[in-house]
Amino acid sequence: MSQWHIDVQNVNKFYGEYHASKNISFQVEKGKLVGLLGPSGGGKTTILRMIAGLEQPDNGSILFRGQEMNRVEPQKRGIGVVFQNYALFKHMTVFDNIAFGLNVQKKSKSFIKERVNELLDLTNLSGLGKRYPNELSGGQRQRVAFARALAPEPQILLLDEPFAAIDAHVRRELRSWLREMIDRLGITTLFVTHDQEEAIEIADQILVVNQGRIEQHGTPIEIYQSPQTDFVARFIGESTQFVPKGIIHGFNGVADGREVLIRPEFVEIGKPNEIALPSAASQGTVRHLYYRGASWEVEVEVGGELLIGNRSVEKSSLKIGDKVSVLVHRLIVFENGKANIVENQFKYDPMPVFI
Amino acid sequence: MSKGGAHVMSGNRSASIGGLREPRWVKVALISITLLLIGLFIVLPLIVVGEHAFRKGFEVFWAAISDDAALSAVKLTLTVALWTVPVNALFGIAAAWVLTKFQFRGKNILLTLIDLPFAVSPVIAGLIYVLMYGTNGWLGKYLDQADITVIFSTPGIVIATIFVTFPFVVRELMPLMQSQGINEEEAAVTLGASGWRVFWQVTLPNIKWALLYGIILCNARAMGEFGAVSVVSGHIRGETNTLPLHIEILYNEYHFVEAFAVSMLLVVLALITLIIKSIMEGWES
Repeated sequence: MSQWHIDVQNVNKFYGEYHASKNISFQVEKGKLVGLLGPSGGGKTTILRMIAGLEQPDNGSILFRGQEMNRVEPQKRGIGVVFQNYALFKHMTVFDNIAFGLNVQKKSKSFIKERVNELLDLTNLSGLGKRYPNELSGGQRQRVAFARALAPEPQILLLDEPFAAIDAHVRRELRSWLREMIDRLGITTLFVTHDQEEAIEIADQILVVNQGRIEQHGTPIEIYQSPQTDFVARFIGESTQFVPKGIIHGFNGVADGREVLIRPEFVEIGKPNEIALPSAASQGTVRHLYYRGASWEVEVEVGGELLIGNRSVEKSSLKIGDKVSVLVHRLIVFENGKANIVENQFKYDPMPVFI
Repeated sequence: MSKGGAHVMSGNRSASIGGLREPRWVKVALISITLLLIGLFIVLPLIVVGEHAFRKGFEVFWAAISDDAALSAVKLTLTVALWTVPVNALFGIAAAWVLTKFQFRGKNILLTLIDLPFAVSPVIAGLIYVLMYGTNGWLGKYLDQADITVIFSTPGIVIATIFVTFPFVVRELMPLMQSQGINEEEAAVTLGASGWRVFWQVTLPNIKWALLYGIILCNARAMGEFGAVSVVSGHIRGETNTLPLHIEILYNEYHFVEAFAVSMLLVVLALITLIIKSIMEGWES
């Protein structure tokens, strides 16, 4: 038996001329929650549907526990799927929706009743068994879809944009609920999302998918802190990108006409006496200030470029036009589609001049 | 204006749909024209049929509809409907399924062909079948050898009726199946359901009202079809006459009262069909 629960090897999928999946390979360990993250139309759902058996790869293999699944029908794969629009059976009650997979398995009436009620409790839907899908809220429908997919005890759970159609604040709640639920059940889960916050918050591993290709596979921390490609660096997190014309202190000779990317969390902005390493900082002028509740977003001009940084609301307030010190801790330099992280040269210097 | 409009909107919704607010005279004029046309072209003829049917009293009416030839026509008409409706219901579901849930070459041609029975005159449809299945037709020889008669007998009438009524079910189902997509079917498949179960438990419940509606329209037309049936039947009284053909014969022989009496029968069948339809629409909502 293979150590991988899901093993996708060199899978390609064409729709006519369109190359929807390009040489997709990745592995998933049992019990992990993996997010397929990328822009809409990037081919995430196609990968999910091939694992579900709803689409056939043109070549390559998909293995579950080392067993090839390519010719296995979706009915026999032991999977549960939560579709983007939930695809609940409109003409069936919540109870019958959840019981559907158990009826297929020809379980006894008493067993079905017990299992469905258990799932209704698990998904906080107790008492709603007799309702029809159109009598439920978006969040409730989502949970019915989830309960329905879990009822036949699948080995693998596949979720396609599970929270896309739900209000922002309910979405947060459902996310942590989902994470908890999956931890409790220990079920291997793949979910598709275009929302990086969602992927970073709940996934064990993230696959960044763009234009039918896997750009990077790693933990959320790896994806966020060490993007390997141009695309991942730009797609994840907020950033300012430019080709430096002037000099950013601490990065002499690094960029040299190449495009760099700076995230707000890389930028420390302070009054001249507030920065601990004045030698590593550049001088700048405050151009815009945006109040973000938890912090100030400060747009500051350094060497002819506008950089964005955050400043705690606890610190003394800045005004537009103030001269400030700007410490850029690190930046990302692009070279031939690769992203390299460069740290501020002066930051770790022992500054022998002053001794 | 806006205040008055708002009042109308909340007080009497039927007076304005959405943001439409027509002047009163437009409303009155449109309603009058509609009522006038319906009265002149639909209600009045129905009354006239009834009046003519009973012109010489109930006994003559009863004699006309209990006549052997008339009863045989009723029987044949019902037989034709009994064959046509299930066949077209099955064909219709299959065709609508294929056309809405799959992409394939030649789909547009198939779509056009489905509408053909509505586009060509039923008489031509009848002639095509005579050419194919008649004694001198393409298949006539082989059918003769096998001792099967199609033209001038019940099978021919059934086939011609199936052709003419083919689009009803498909056309009812297609827009609905198109808008529903295959989401629920896919969900059922991932839950382990076989194709058969998916059809009976997921697809069919979702299309049942459109299907019934299509079946009812198909049935109404199957009982009333004249042109195509007229060509293939041969008008053998008591054997290959359906109700519409029987009525024509009576009329041509100047048995006006009898013709209208039998017409009344056909009208009643049609009305029963329409009543069933509106009852079902009531259930649906």
